[in-house]
This record gives sequence, structure tokens and C-alpha cells, in this order.
Amino acid sequence: MIRDITIGQYYQTDSVMHRLDPRVKLLGTLLFIVALFMYKNPAGYIIAIVFLFSVIKLSGVPVKFITRGLKGILMILMITVLINLFLTPGTAIVTLGKVSITYEGVGMAFTMMLRLIMLIMGSSIVTLTTTPNNLTDGLEKGLGFLKVFHVPVGDVAMMMSIALRFIPILMEETDRIMKAQLARGADFESGNLVKKAKSLVPVLVPLFVSAFRRAGDLAMAMEARCYRGGDGRTKMKPLIYKRRDIIAYIILFLFVIVSVWVGRWSVISGFFNDLYLRFLLN
Amino acid sequence: MPLILDHVSQIYNEGTKESVRALDDVSLIIPEGQFIGIIGHTGSGKSTLVQHLNGLMLPKKGSVFYNGKDISDKDFSRKELRQHVGLVFQYPEHQLFETDVFADVCFGPKNMGLSKKETELAAFEALRMVHFPEDLYYASVFELSGGQKRRAAIAGVLAMKPDFLVLDEPTAGLDPVGRLEILGMVSELHKKSGLTIILVSHSMEDVATYVERVIVMDRGRVAYDDTPREVFSHAEELKEMGLGVPESTEIAAMLRARGFDVDPKVITEKEAADSIYAALKARR
Repeated sequence: MIRDITIGQYYQTDSVMHRLDPRVKLLGTLLFIVALFMYKNPAGYIIAIVFLFSVIKLSGVPVKFITRGLKGILMILMITVLINLFLTPGTAIVTLGKVSITYEGVGMAFTMMLRLIMLIMGSSIVTLTTTPNNLTDGLEKGLGFLKVFHVPVGDVAMMMSIALRFIPILMEETDRIMKAQLARGADFESGNLVKKAKSLVPVLVPLFVSAFRRAGDLAMAMEARCYRGGDGRTKMKPLIYKRRDIIAYIILFLFVIVSVWVGRWSVISGFFNDLYLRFLLN
Repeated sequence: MPLILDHVSQIYNEGTKESVRALDDVSLIIPEGQFIGIIGHTGSGKSTLVQHLNGLMLPKKGSVFYNGKDISDKDFSRKELRQHVGLVFQYPEHQLFETDVFADVCFGPKNMGLSKKETELAAFEALRMVHFPEDLYYASVFELSGGQKRRAAIAGVLAMKPDFLVLDEPTAGLDPVGRLEILGMVSELHKKSGLTIILVSHSMEDVATYVERVIVMDRGRVAYDDTPREVFSHAEELKEMGLGVPESTEIAAMLRARGFDVDPKVITEKEAADSIYAALKARR
């Protein structure tokens, strides 16, 4: 089940998207998400879809791999759609008892679904094409201005990269401990919820002990190499903008311009709105 | 009841690019009462192999039989199998979780459904079998030394009274004294209690000194399955697999190359010493 969630996973391959500076990708995601929620008419979503799929094509990550990540949010998606479908006030189409599906509700539900799907796909593209270390580097540098407000950006970034680094290690450890307890006759499957939760104690206790031990070892190793906080540390591979990053920024800028322009153009907007709702109702 | 592996294959990540054949057509018969050593380079499939012995992993191809029954069968009780085939993982002290040693050792027999009295009796017996210091029975796990923790963890498996005891690198990370103590204890278990012991190790010395049968794993296959003396006579082939021969055998071979009449088939320190002594005496 955990493997279904592709958010946060990295897909190993070589592409323009992979080589792009993480700061560009982070800003791009932010702008993309803001755009998704700003569009006032369906034409905007066409722009967003075109943009999203061009990026996916550039990233070299199979579309199947990205859509797999949607399985994890299927429940949230369905709830959102249902709530929007039934609880949006407007002209009723079908009435079921006290609630009714409205003309506006259909539009709203479809829009929300589109937004959520694209939001997940858009953000998973970043994590799929960026190694966790690179991502934290990008965050550290991109959010560096927060230092003015005494936010320990470097330390937070270090904590993040350590946390990410430990996820696979702790998963493996969990697997090992579970097997060791199974060998001693433990049973993780049968019984009710309380019994199942209790049966996890023999796994969780050793897991915590091992996590603390690892943390202690790591702290010692870092101190032995004179780590004394994130401030003023230089990098082995510092982030430097290349030509492709500048081009990416220009493309992003164009995307924003087009989005604003299309989103605002009421003639097109009215036309598409009409077409879109007719399409939905037929 | 013997354990039988019949053409067992195990494949990790089947169907993807990273597909690994961890076990490749392994057939073995493990009768009761033997003391067996499994050796192999890292990634040779040793650890995968032992997990098939108690049903923690089921073969992708082939079958494992215990008591004449296929352990992959739906109505086969793998929980029961795990009681008969005790598996002690690498660094078993990492599995300790109870507040004191005694309670932790009780975990296994309690899971088997024994009564409180039977459970406690089994735990006492197990702790005694591993020579665990009596004044520490109710000590917290965190107060123990590395060797003591390991004993406690092994006792946790022994308390289920298994017929087969599989130990995956039981001496890893211990100092030389701790190693000898653990190995001596394991050997005693075999002799006194008649337990079938399967010792996974990458120390040729350990294997040469204690076991009666060596299984050499190489890239998921059984390369050799014979007595230690016979296996260690293939020094060249073993080196190619990233393994070696015991130091005693190596020294004997070197002396022989220099013209001393030393028996090349020695495998333990004592045999080597005796043979070198005899060769020197004959020279005089």
C-alpha cells in the first residue's frame, strides 16, 4: 500500500527536467498550483493541461508512474467531488430528498477534481525528477531570505534531508524486526483492532530503540567531522543557474502571462463556459 | 522430521529491470541431528535460503517440505512450523522489546499458546541452556553487555523448543571471547540437546571447527555440499567465489609449497599444529 504513493519518490533517469535547478522546479510548482486555483474559466485548464503534459513528456517519467500516485488520494478526491456535487447552491437538475445536484455543482465538482488531479501530478513531477538531497538544497537556497527573520533555514534543511535519508532505512528495519518477531510466533494479522495494535508493540519498541541508536551514532559522526550548524557551510555541488534554468524561467514567465491573459478574457471565458457546461450536461 | 528443499527458486522484483535470482534451483535435504554450516559471499543467497526454512518466505518455484507437507499449502500452519524451526536473525538483540530479559524470553512460548507455568518453565530452561547469568534474569535489556543481549535473544527462540535451530551470523559484531563463548554454547546445544543446528557464517574457521557438513552458496546456487574437509580442499574454487579456506589450511598449503611434509587436508588449528609438529620432527 505504501508503495502506491508515488509522491516523494524519485524516478531514476536522465532528462532536462532532472537536470534543472531545483529552485526553478519549486517555483514552477508553486506558480502552477496558484494558477490552477486562480482560473475563472475552463480555457485556463486547457493551458494548464498542455503545460503539465509537456513537462511530463520532457521529464521522461512514464505517465503511468505518475497516475499511480493518484490512487493514494482517490478517497479524498471522491469526497470532494460528492460534497461539491450535492452542496453547491444553484439551479437544481436532479433532487434526491433534501439535497439536489445543481447545474453549478456539476461544474464545481468537475473543476475541483481537475484541480486536485493536476495538483498531485504537478507536484509529483518535482519529486520524481529531483533527488531528496537536491530538493532540500533547493529549499535551503530558495528560502534563504528567511534568515533575515532568524529562521534557521540551514538547520531545517539538514533535518529534512536526514529525515528523508532515514525513511528507507527504517522501512527495512521494520521489515527485519517484523520477520524476527514472526519467527518467534508473533501474529500481526488476526484479531480485532485493539489486538492488532497491541501486536505491534514488539515491532515498535525495537524500532524506536534502533532509531535512537542510529540518531546517536549519526550525531557522533557529524560532531567528529566538526559539524556545528548549517550556517556558512559550503557545498560540494553548489547550485548555480545554467542556461537551461534561465530558459525554464522564461517559459514559466510565459506560462504565467498566458494564464493571466486567458483567465481574464471574458469573451473566451463566456464561450468556453457555455460549451463546457453543455458538454457536461449532454 | 527432515526439512526438504526441492528445486527451490526465489526471484526478487520479478518482471522488472532489477530482477534478482536470489535462489536458483536449490535442492537440499536437512535431516534431524546434523550440525550444518552455510557459507557464502554477501549476496550469495544465504539469508534468503534460511528464511525459506521456517516459511518467512515461500519459494516462487519448487517446494519446501516439512514433515512431508508442502509449507506453501494453504492449510499448512506456518506458525507451527516456526515453532519447530527456530530462526535467530543477525543481531538478534535488536528484536528485544520487553521490560526485562525473562519477560522477553517468554514472548515465544506465550505465542505458542502455552500456559503461564509452561511458558515460564520453558523460559527458565532456555536461559539456562545459553548460560545466561542468573542474577540478570530480571534485569532490563539495556543493562546487558553485547554478548549477554545476544544470549538472551537466542534464548528467546530456544524457549519455543525448536527441533531445528537456524542461526544467521550469530557471532557478528562480537569480540573474540564473545564469539568463542557463543559458538561453544551452540556446539553444546547440538551435543547435549540433540538440536539440529544450521549455522550461517562467513568465518571459515568457525565452520571448520564446529560443523559436520558445509553448504557453500554462490550466486543463489549450492556450489558444494559436503564435509568441511572435502569442501576446503577446493581452495582455488572457493577463492573465486570470494571465499577462502581456514587459516590453518592456508598455512599448511604454504608450508607444503616450501617443502615441508605437512598434511594439506588439515582444517582446524589443532590439526595444523599436530601436522606441523610431526613434519618438523621427521626432519630432524
